[in-house]
Amino acid sequence: MQDVENIVNGQKLFLKPEYQQTLKNKTEFESATGATNPDKVDEIAEWTKTWDYREKNLAREAITVNPAKACQPLGAIMAGLGFENTMPYVHGSHGCVAYFRSYFTRHFKEPTPCVSDSMSESAAVFGGLANMKDGLRNCNAMYKPEHIAVSTTCMAEVIGDDLNAFVVGARENAEGELDDLPITYAHTPSFVGSHITGYDNMMKAMLEQLNPSRKDKVVDEERINIIPGFEPYLGSLAEIKEISSMFSDKIVMIGDHEKQWNTGAGEYHLYAGGTTLEDAKTAINAKTTISLQKYSTVQTAKTIKNKWKQGFETCNPIGLSGTDEFVMKLSELTGKDIPAKLATQRAQLVDAMQDSYPYMHGKKFAIYGDPDMLLGLVSFIVEMGGIPTHVLCHNAPRKGWAKDMQAIIDKSAWAEDCQIWVNKDLWHLRSLMFTEPVDFLIGNVYGKELYRDTGIPLIRIGFPIFDRHHLHRYSISGYKGALNLLTWITNGILDQLDEETKDIAKTDYFFDCVR
Amino acid sequence: MGTETLEELQNKAITEILEVYPAKAAKNRAKHLGVDTPEGVKGACDKTKSNKQTVPGVMSQRGCAYAGSKGVVWGPVKDMIHISHGPIGCGQYSRAGRRNYYIGTTGVDTFVTMNFSTDFTENDIVFGGDKKLKKALGEIDELFPLNNGITIQSECPIGLIGDDIQAVAKWYKKESDTPTIAVSCEGFRGVSQSLGHHLANDSIRDEIMTDTTARKEFETTDYDVAIIGDYNIGGDAWSTRLLLEEIGLRVIAQWSGDSTYKEMAITPKAKLNLLHCYRSMNYISRHMEQEFGIPWMEYNFFGPSKTTESLRKIATFFDEKIQAKTEEVIAKYTKMTDEVIKKYKPKLEGKKVMLYVGGLRPRHVIGAYEDLGMEIVGTGYEFGHGDDYKRTKEELKRSTLIYDDVNEYELEKFVQAIQPDLVAAGIKEKYTFQKMGLPFRQMHSWDYSGPYHGYDAFAIFAKDMDLAINSPVWSHTKAPWETKEEIGA
Repeated sequence: MQDVENIVNGQKLFLKPEYQQTLKNKTEFESATGATNPDKVDEIAEWTKTWDYREKNLAREAITVNPAKACQPLGAIMAGLGFENTMPYVHGSHGCVAYFRSYFTRHFKEPTPCVSDSMSESAAVFGGLANMKDGLRNCNAMYKPEHIAVSTTCMAEVIGDDLNAFVVGARENAEGELDDLPITYAHTPSFVGSHITGYDNMMKAMLEQLNPSRKDKVVDEERINIIPGFEPYLGSLAEIKEISSMFSDKIVMIGDHEKQWNTGAGEYHLYAGGTTLEDAKTAINAKTTISLQKYSTVQTAKTIKNKWKQGFETCNPIGLSGTDEFVMKLSELTGKDIPAKLATQRAQLVDAMQDSYPYMHGKKFAIYGDPDMLLGLVSFIVEMGGIPTHVLCHNAPRKGWAKDMQAIIDKSAWAEDCQIWVNKDLWHLRSLMFTEPVDFLIGNVYGKELYRDTGIPLIRIGFPIFDRHHLHRYSISGYKGALNLLTWITNGILDQLDEETKDIAKTDYFFDCVR
Repeated sequence: MGTETLEELQNKAITEILEVYPAKAAKNRAKHLGVDTPEGVKGACDKTKSNKQTVPGVMSQRGCAYAGSKGVVWGPVKDMIHISHGPIGCGQYSRAGRRNYYIGTTGVDTFVTMNFSTDFTENDIVFGGDKKLKKALGEIDELFPLNNGITIQSECPIGLIGDDIQAVAKWYKKESDTPTIAVSCEGFRGVSQSLGHHLANDSIRDEIMTDTTARKEFETTDYDVAIIGDYNIGGDAWSTRLLLEEIGLRVIAQWSGDSTYKEMAITPKAKLNLLHCYRSMNYISRHMEQEFGIPWMEYNFFGPSKTTESLRKIATFFDEKIQAKTEEVIAKYTKMTDEVIKKYKPKLEGKKVMLYVGGLRPRHVIGAYEDLGMEIVGTGYEFGHGDDYKRTKEELKRSTLIYDDVNEYELEKFVQAIQPDLVAAGIKEKYTFQKMGLPFRQMHSWDYSGPYHGYDAFAIFAKDMDLAINSPVWSHTKAPWETKEEIGA
């Protein structure tokens, strides 16, 4: 029974003897093998750690187990929320939107505005036009957006709803209410690509539909656009803007969702921050657009390069060399020298890397995540002398990514010991970690089950992270972001060293106060 | 609040909210919003429209049929593998978020927090996914040989592209002797999670209730009961089980928190089915009553008043021995819960609470708050039906706002108008209200605490509510140099 002076929740309550007895009583009725034949569980658990299991596991063709990717509309919502007073609108059933909002909200610990038009069986039969007619009007009346960014769920895609015609139809039907409201739309089928594909499709659609055609463009030689991509680290967005501002005040972030998920206490605002619609509508006039996530902007790049005939560059300012390339690119494009402040930041970062290198040097890492983040992170691990033993990307694009990653790994003295795993999931990774173990795992929240099963410590970097607070507020980009990465990884290693050396009178001779 | 009564304030809030909508939507939403009082005749609890299509274009908090079947009913069955059949997203967004606790070796003999997906590509949409599904079933059995069955949970495209998952399930069951159960719970079906619960119940009825293998050799006692509609969120079913065992009953099954295939299959041997979440499992309870003659009763284990009332009611189904033991158990725990109330009530008394949850909680948790002297001034269901609202009426203590399928906009406006001291709803709402400086508790996941069922759990509930309302963090919202303003104004 509870002690009222020391009330405990489930964590400790269920350890009390009466609860342990209850749990034991339950096993009599269970069919789980742990209750009927515990030895068998041990036997199979051991088998899952073998090469034999690994081979069968890697031969899987049809079932995905514990994926490391999500679906298109999730990315479309992030893209939409990068613009001021913009309501992401998902044409499809509302269950999807409940999931998207929960997913972002658990990561950012912030509300996530997004509506759906609640398509149901009747829409499956007759199409979703009626839903869109009502939906856009209601959304406009209640949430007073200045821009609605429409994406789709797989349901709408399978029944073949025509967004262009629907938006036109909804406007005509709205008694003028929607006349001055920009409504952009993108098809974002969940059965193609992943969340980064959805980001790309929505971004491309917004840029194309908000901007005039090429014949009306008025080139501004000084203007540079930066598209951040599907960026779960809000601090990275702030850092990129700060670096940009050191070069020019005409560098514009296109798709800036930093403020939306980082509002203060005191008042709730549905919309916060974002690229101004004025900046969005004149994006075509820039001299160059830089994408910070090459593989989250594959389609967007085509619009910029081919339709707009604008300069297009990709940079990946995660880690030292990635940031070097980014600031040199800004210097080249603006014609300005690298500011002394950045040189100082770089020197400070390198100094820190030289302080901490013994701990990462020669350590083996398994690492998984989105393609562009991985390129930056692996590059940083290699710069530190770490070994990216297993690099796994579930949503790796078909073209180019593996080659780009190999080029980074080739810079490592241990390149031959490293493997790239394309389109593999986290149950594959489990086999890899058992058969070819590493020292540390880097990944998102779902890595914690791998940590539990293999004992290999997880350093949380990626998306989503639901079980640690505020990491998303930090930057992983720029020199300062690299310093954060260095801090998290080095201290993760040192925490583990303490963990392994804390046994009294056994290992604690190495439990040093100075490291 | 000026001189207006609570009821006037509530009615005024509804009128103001409806003014914002276009006419068609206003007409629709008006039927879902109302005020009721304990004395009211034909008030909102009787009149509120529910289980209807959501108005398009709003931020509804509702989920879908897949969420109701895979997420709620089937997902917690721990020794079976549940395939999210279709594109990758649904399984990922619903992975390991509901806190359905279980004991087992995950990935070996139990699988609740994992995500199995057929990860549809364009090819599967164009050419159909049955072939891939067949292959997936075989791969699962090879790599997870200790699974005691597989369910196939349809995502939206399945029902639209003409796949026949029922035939695949039938084929595989025959082929492999593994229970294989297909649920056509496409997300676009119905208006919310609710249809998914029903479809999942039906699939259990057809596939597990008909399997008599385990039942044949099962030795019964006169005291066998099953816990129905408890998903063991934060361990709720375990703290329920303890109490039932203490009064002398034998719990032979949990549905479906920490459940196994066999427990469900032997449930027709129970003497009484105890139904906590009426909304999601009344269907199977009614079925077992009709088919096997098992009576069922609704109970409520939130807060000591309701727990005691429920235990006594449960005991009436059994002999005097059980009834005497029940009184002993009540007496033993009441001493503790009285102390809990003594400790926390002075800090919580008179605090106003607005609820917005799903399932049973919009009415079931009222008693627990009232035990602490807290006052419920608004409540509503994400996916309730008319019978839920009727049952809510009995729990009202004062004029209460009733809102069905309330959306983000409406709830925000209601809270601004009524100014409660605590909002208790879900993750999507949480930070909106915390931004306004309002204490908030998630009442789906127990905000990562719990359990909340039973006497021991009430102590946790009280402690959590005190923590939420009396934390010093809420006092920091205004900077010292700002003048004091009404919160949310």
